[in-house]
Amino acid sequence: MKKTIHTDEIKKSIAEIIENINFTAPDEIKKLFQDMKSRESGSAARETLQILTENIEIAEKDSIPLCQDCGSVIIFLSIGQDVEITGEYLYDAVNHSVSDAYNRLYLRKSIAADPLRRKNTGTNTPAFIHADIVSGNSLIIDIMLKGGGSENMSAVKMFLPTDSEDKITDFIEEAVISAGPNPCPPIFLGIGIGGTADVAMLNSKKALLRYPLEHNPDPFYRDLEIKIFNRINKTGIGPMGFGGDNTAAGVYIKEAPAHIASLPVALNLNCHSLRKGRIIL
Amino acid sequence: MEWKRIYTPIDDNVIKNLRCGDLCLITGRVLTARDKAHERIEQLIASNEKLPVELNGEIIYYSGPSPAKPGFVSGSAGPTTSSRMDTYSKMMFNIGIKAMIGKGKRDNFTKELIKEYKAVYFSSFGGAGAYLSRKIKSSKIIAFEDLGSEAIHELILEDFPVVTAIDIYGEDIYEHAVQRYGGI
Repeated sequence: MKKTIHTDEIKKSIAEIIENINFTAPDEIKKLFQDMKSRESGSAARETLQILTENIEIAEKDSIPLCQDCGSVIIFLSIGQDVEITGEYLYDAVNHSVSDAYNRLYLRKSIAADPLRRKNTGTNTPAFIHADIVSGNSLIIDIMLKGGGSENMSAVKMFLPTDSEDKITDFIEEAVISAGPNPCPPIFLGIGIGGTADVAMLNSKKALLRYPLEHNPDPFYRDLEIKIFNRINKTGIGPMGFGGDNTAAGVYIKEAPAHIASLPVALNLNCHSLRKGRIIL
Repeated sequence: MEWKRIYTPIDDNVIKNLRCGDLCLITGRVLTARDKAHERIEQLIASNEKLPVELNGEIIYYSGPSPAKPGFVSGSAGPTTSSRMDTYSKMMFNIGIKAMIGKGKRDNFTKELIKEYKAVYFSSFGGAGAYLSRKIKSSKIIAFEDLGSEAIHELILEDFPVVTAIDIYGEDIYEHAVQRYGGI
């Protein structure tokens, strides 16, 4: 059955998510921080996890952004093919909503209009929008706020199809060690495996949309996630890189079919502040 | 763990006694500067112009706070990644800064300069901007106002938490962290 969705409704939903994820963290993340603290042996690391816990409490109480880097706004739209969108041009509606929210909520505007000339747009737009057409009559809006420090630690490598799993996990571990303290660990690590270079990169970000405590539904990739998680947490980097047992808070793989000659592996590192939200219209 | 209280302007003897890994609470004045402010300072020096603010003896905090909402002293104000400012380290030490606060690794050249100039590099807590905003007792823009959040802000801190990341002996907390586990 067809469904009509007006862009005013989409704008309202986007504003709601942006407000929610800049100032609050879900219960499962708070629980995750407690669990990390209870098994942390590094002393500066424990202090760090305590401060990060209090940071969430203060952000929620005073509506102060969790981080001064209120991020690039990354928006994933899964548009059901039986949805008709009315009102403004969809991408304009998205950007208007982002701009209004960043202005109204005293959020930092961190987008340069041009990569080389670097003038700030002053609105935190454009948002980075990825749209997929899916079956059905729903519109799923997923939003992530991505800080520059962790995004700068992204990596991609084209492996040989015959390369071993160990070789891939070596690459991942080396990338995480090389990033060290910069992406603000404990990190949530998104891994895109397969597809083309661009698909792998996008999947490394989409992987982070999963429920934080959930593993890949395929037992093969679930085991690989656990293996990578354990390796990363043995590097010693720890919270904020001060040394400790919690370098990764979660590891998420999103796999895709690949060309017989290709095996791309892409990494998207997210800081300890996994600011994301979803609304289904 | 014990927290050491330190006050600005930071004394050479205090710096000398700090060791990598020491937890400190800073009280007093620091100045924010990040990518764009450093670039401006470089341009002014290159054209022999006077800097809009005296930096001798100061602590530079790599931070671009979010806007303060009405009734609040500061918006969210955590550290940004320090390594982007590594190329300006020599210039900043030449002007006389005594310490930097940021987050993450520094390059080897900056590490050598920290030893040479008997300075110190602190890391604060990335992603704890709301918590850290409460340690800021006043905030005002004192230079490069057109840069917005990237302008130079004068912050008066009270018990602002940092970790000594690189001390004047060149010891580096991030290297210690991975070495202890037999990593790289």
